[in-house]
Amino acid sequence: MRPERVMSQHSVVIELTGTEKSFGAVRALAGVDLAVAMHECVGLIGHNGAGKSTLMHVLAGTLTPDKATVAVKGETLKRYGLVAAHRLGIRCVFQELSLCPNLTVAENARILHPALRGFGWRRRAGELIISKLDEIFPDHRIAADAIVGDLPIGKRQMIEIARAFTVTTAPVNLVILDEPTSSLDGHTASQLFAFLRRSVKAGMSCILISHMLREILSTTDRVVVMRDGRVVTAGPTSSFDRNKLVVAMGGAEHHGTQADTPAPLAAAAAASEAPITVRMKPKGQHDGRELLARAGEIVGLAGLAGHGQTDLLLAVFDAGSGRAKKGAVADRIALVAGDRQTDGVFPLWSIAENIGVRSLARFRKGVLLSVEAEDALAARWKERIKIRTPDMRNPILSLSGGNQQKALFARALGSDATTVLMDDPMRGVDIGTKLDVYDLIQEEAQGGRTFLWYTTEMDELRHCDRVYVFRNGSIVAELARHEVSEERVIAASFAEAA
Amino acid sequence: MSVSVVSSTKPGGAGVLRVRRTLRAVLPALSLILILLAIWHLNARAISYFGLNLMLNLAVPVALATVGQMFVMASNDLDLSIGTFVGFIGCITATVLHDSPVLGIAIFAGCIVVYALLGALIYLRNLPSIVVTLGMFFVWQGLAILVLPKPGGHAPDWLKALMSLKTPYVPFPVMAAVVIGVVAYVGLMRTSYGAVLRGAGGNAVAVERAGWSMLKVKMILFGLAGFCGVLAGMALIGLTTSADANLGNGYTLLSIAGAILGGGEFTGGRVSPIGSVIGALTLTLAGSLLNFMHISPDWQVAAQGGILIVVLAARVLINRAGSAA
Repeated sequence: MRPERVMSQHSVVIELTGTEKSFGAVRALAGVDLAVAMHECVGLIGHNGAGKSTLMHVLAGTLTPDKATVAVKGETLKRYGLVAAHRLGIRCVFQELSLCPNLTVAENARILHPALRGFGWRRRAGELIISKLDEIFPDHRIAADAIVGDLPIGKRQMIEIARAFTVTTAPVNLVILDEPTSSLDGHTASQLFAFLRRSVKAGMSCILISHMLREILSTTDRVVVMRDGRVVTAGPTSSFDRNKLVVAMGGAEHHGTQADTPAPLAAAAAASEAPITVRMKPKGQHDGRELLARAGEIVGLAGLAGHGQTDLLLAVFDAGSGRAKKGAVADRIALVAGDRQTDGVFPLWSIAENIGVRSLARFRKGVLLSVEAEDALAARWKERIKIRTPDMRNPILSLSGGNQQKALFARALGSDATTVLMDDPMRGVDIGTKLDVYDLIQEEAQGGRTFLWYTTEMDELRHCDRVYVFRNGSIVAELARHEVSEERVIAASFAEAA
Repeated sequence: MSVSVVSSTKPGGAGVLRVRRTLRAVLPALSLILILLAIWHLNARAISYFGLNLMLNLAVPVALATVGQMFVMASNDLDLSIGTFVGFIGCITATVLHDSPVLGIAIFAGCIVVYALLGALIYLRNLPSIVVTLGMFFVWQGLAILVLPKPGGHAPDWLKALMSLKTPYVPFPVMAAVVIGVVAYVGLMRTSYGAVLRGAGGNAVAVERAGWSMLKVKMILFGLAGFCGVLAGMALIGLTTSADANLGNGYTLLSIAGAILGGGEFTGGRVSPIGSVIGALTLTLAGSLLNFMHISPDWQVAAQGGILIVVLAARVLINRAGSAA
């Protein structure tokens, strides 16, 4: 399981041992070992939140791990950060583009290279980046004096990739590419992979993070599979095939600790008779598949993060509030936001006000709002959802993250909404809160409410009556409750159009 | 392979972009020319050496303050204190600098350091620049009143002489504006470190990841704003010959308007030094235009606002036409 040990120490570009990193209660990396040799292209794969991006940020020096040993050529480094990474020639192509949109292509090259200065720097920077673009993407048609912000995202990604490979004073030994093809078309992507193979042959190393298993299988020498902040499998790419990778990512051993409570058959049958409350076609769907939800159903939206689930929820929300005509939504809608800080809480308001804001219409007494009604609602939900606070008139920020999220649930469930949309609301919430809320959702669904639940956590899908798996903005699979398993969701998420 | 976001670029795609960029760049100059034409139409004699000298001499301090504001805007900040800062510098110029030049220059140097420290404070404590500089607005105003409780003082003779210089053929304010614009342009747009300064406004995270110090960037940009503010205050007193604590108050909004008029934007590090100078000239001439139209100078601020709205609307139209193409 540890082929790293076989490599001679001198061929190792960099070696991380026992890397740990936590963000609050979330353990992003739980003791990861990774070594990259010269002449090697390592593929790094894993499902949502497996810790790939965190590991990459640690390698690039942009994130300081809580605990780690970094060794280069057998020598342990005391301090490792941006400067050390740059000196060692470790470059990174970040998933979120790290170009300055207001600068030209040449000026962006200059940002990475302190050596490009003095008279004629602009010309030298332009030549540097354009020659590298010529090398990787021969027909790129990008001008050195073009403003990056004016270019389409595919071209920006090409520039970002090419820039990572440019050399002035510091060498380039290891390039980490995080989803480099997410905005490239097939043609440019194949140009990139051909270039990667050439560079690796010439002595460079690279780490390729991708959700495209075909890219991983065709380009890399070795595959490292991560899951829950750990490396679960690693080995030569030739020893894997698509299915093996999918199984490795999902974890062959079924680790479902939550009881797989199959819905009583009678209830399932009754549900299929219930009136349809939401009918919506995802924007990117071309094969006529639709998302359907019936009254009393809990419908899960699964798949890799950012593949159109949130967009669909927002489309349903817009349709429900009459802002868009597409789709049919027969219900009053409430949304539980996933990003609590930006989309959820009103930070200056009290807990009671935060809960009551969705129900203001019911609080009306003449032209004013009834404070008593707001207090009554807050008190009722404090009891039901167990918000831990001495006084519901305390500011919302006095609550812990989990309790703030409970307040957001109370806002949706306490309203008159009959359909509740949930945008991955359990991110970074402690397990106690989760269990409280799961029970509540089941209860409310039995009472006839419909839930559309986007979640990136596999365990939560077990609470759903039906699950739609999303990929590239469209539905690629619909699984009934008894069909839902980690393997099937992952297989569908990684399904590639032939 | 993946989402093919890369729409097959139309052959004309790059050309349209270039046209849009050029249009955006010449828009400030266009508005200046329009105002000059309007003045010329109302009174042809105004467009002469003497006329331009008279109409534009107040443009020099405005242009300097605008360029200072532009430096701050390059990293997505705003300096609301530049107006009273210019006033304070004016009071020092008419008193301390006149009586003991060495002390005066030391105070100016100290002011620039204070500006750089403000930049550091804003960066380190992650404070909104609007709040910090609004506070400084009152600090500078208070200091100015302490230095010069009632209008008075005397501009140093060399400064008066400089500001009323009779240059051959081209009026002094025009030459000064060209020099200010070119120096700022070369410094911010052509030097290699200028690219880093502007990049910090476009994507600060990327600039930091590339190993640059954002602290240094902010301190330099605010320091440059302070330096321009000092020059603006001195130039203003060279013209008025005596000072008043409230002399520069209008410069805060004038400098923001000038920088925006010149093609700058509040976010994203999009600024234009030459455009800013042209914006300052345009706003100054707006007052003269009203004069020629026999409209009360009370309407000057309203006219400046009107110009701002028209130019910004034109910019939006250009952008929209570009993205529709």
